[in-house]
Amino acid sequence: MTTATVLADGAPLAPGTTSGSATVEFRSLRRAFGATTALDGLDLTVRPGELLALLGPSGCGKTTALRILAGFEQHDSGEVLVDGQDITAIPAHKRDAGMVFQSYSLFPHLTALDNVAFGLRMRGTGKAERRRRAHELLELVGLPHRAEHYPHQMSGGQQQRIALARALALQPRVLLLDEPLSALDAKVRLQLREEIRRLQQELGITTLFVTHDQEEALSMADRVAVLRAGKLEQCATPSELYGRPATAFVAEFVGTMSRIPCTRTSDGVEVLGRRHAVDGEVPADGELQVLVRPENVLLSPDEAGPALVVTASFLGAVTRLTVRLDDGTEVKADLPTEAAAALPAGSRAGLTLPERPVLVDRRAA
Amino acid sequence: MARLINRIRFGRGLVLLVCGIYFAVPMAASLWFSVDDNKGGTTFRAYTELLNAPGFTDSLVLSLELAAVTVVVLLLLLVPAVLAARLGAPRLRPVIEIMCSMPLVVPVVALTTGIIGVLRWGPDYLQDTPFFQTVVAIQDPNFPVVLVIAYVLMALPFAYRAIDAGLRGVDVVTLVEAARNCGAGWLRAVFTVVLPNLRSSLLNAAVLTVALVLGEFTTASILGFTPFSVWINSNGKSDGQMSVAVSMLSLLIVWLVLLLMSAVGRGRKAARS
Repeated sequence: MTTATVLADGAPLAPGTTSGSATVEFRSLRRAFGATTALDGLDLTVRPGELLALLGPSGCGKTTALRILAGFEQHDSGEVLVDGQDITAIPAHKRDAGMVFQSYSLFPHLTALDNVAFGLRMRGTGKAERRRRAHELLELVGLPHRAEHYPHQMSGGQQQRIALARALALQPRVLLLDEPLSALDAKVRLQLREEIRRLQQELGITTLFVTHDQEEALSMADRVAVLRAGKLEQCATPSELYGRPATAFVAEFVGTMSRIPCTRTSDGVEVLGRRHAVDGEVPADGELQVLVRPENVLLSPDEAGPALVVTASFLGAVTRLTVRLDDGTEVKADLPTEAAAALPAGSRAGLTLPERPVLVDRRAA
Repeated sequence: MARLINRIRFGRGLVLLVCGIYFAVPMAASLWFSVDDNKGGTTFRAYTELLNAPGFTDSLVLSLELAAVTVVVLLLLLVPAVLAARLGAPRLRPVIEIMCSMPLVVPVVALTTGIIGVLRWGPDYLQDTPFFQTVVAIQDPNFPVVLVIAYVLMALPFAYRAIDAGLRGVDVVTLVEAARNCGAGWLRAVFTVVLPNLRSSLLNAAVLTVALVLGEFTTASILGFTPFSVWINSNGKSDGQMSVAVSMLSLLIVWLVLLLMSAVGRGRKAARS
């Protein structure tokens, strides 16, 4: 449920259910740069008013998809639809998509106020009106006192806030965020991501957010689309993505995973002498491994146990232990810090997995 | 630490003092020589005669006109080319850089000889053609366009360096994309976002070009035109005092023009901030 932020004169800044929230669809989108394929038949739909994060390693095509939507790149084939309309022929300056760039992109010769008002100036809005709206947007991003400052007089976080206000000034149907937090320090990044999420929810604007930071994606997005080599691996809510990854790639890219060797049985796999049901399909051939998250690995002090504690990393409430099995496999396990105290480095432990279906993959090379 | 800073400051001051003496002493001596009346007093005879000499205003105006037109032509040629390469074809940048640097390796005398060769070429049967008439027209002594062509070539390396330095300090691609995202078309993005951020480097390019044009002697002299540099050379030969006065006046005029241009640039920047 979103509520539209209302300006002083009562006009909605970006109506949550009308112009401010469009449906975006990528259909079989392909884009190659020479021999490199950036997008290889991407199919993805962004629902009205949702924040969808495009997550993936460098070169997976996430920024290319965003730039195609913004009109800065042309796709080789496929379609990009906004509210059902193919926007391929519409030039970038008429696409009605506000964008915040990775690098600070404020116009250095203009004040914060003039930067925010720039789009309105291009649209021919009168000076008094555009100044009034720019002031309102500066208040919205919490920087009314910086109106007359130039970009070089502001911090990185403030510049990105101004860039966000500038992107919202034209009441775009889609908001595009191209790793807007990557150049900021950790504390500012945390503050700004909460602020972006708050604004996005208040305005109800359809938002596409490109990031390679899984924590950022999982904490901000309604849904996360994981891309790999130009293809969509999985698009799901953060909890589903983390808890039920569709592929081994997603499982290992989102969060931490350990791989433990296993063998096929008639109804699943056998891991460390115990049978487990399998989530998904078991590869028909090759050596197998189960993928397991650190919080799902159970360790208990046991002098005759199969696991040797190698290292312990204090993470606050939990401590991450790395244990080595007899075949050399290393497994990570998160234990409450008090419990981990009973398993110092060099001690042996028993290792069990929970009674739930496990994700199985071929042995990694 | 404070001692080190003091040492650095002393070192800087010393360098400044030596450089100051190197430049100021000859100029002060020249100025003194040009106003000395040989009786222990001062006279401005050399300067008043110079200012009243025939051709002073005409040659000065011609030089200023040549400088202005050269700056305009140069920027009109260079800025779109450099921006287009930045925005659309970054691979062309080294090619443009090499082309713009070529005039540095061609001596001015060689360039001028080449120009003379081109201007002299043209058989009589072409006399009534637009081509021949154009070749004649660009040699009009009232405004020799051929000098503008030569000056544009000569100033190309300096202007290119100045503009390229400005472009390196600005993320042109992102700025243009941001402007387009805000609703500006290509041209509008260039005029409203890129050029205002290149103001300093454009001004630097213009200042360097003006300095070069006002001081250029060889080409104008060989081609037989009389801009200010050629005029002061020919009018300074009559007596020693006047030749030094001519040098001082020339320096003063060039400085004034350059200071004026810098002041205009700074004034606009200050007004903005």
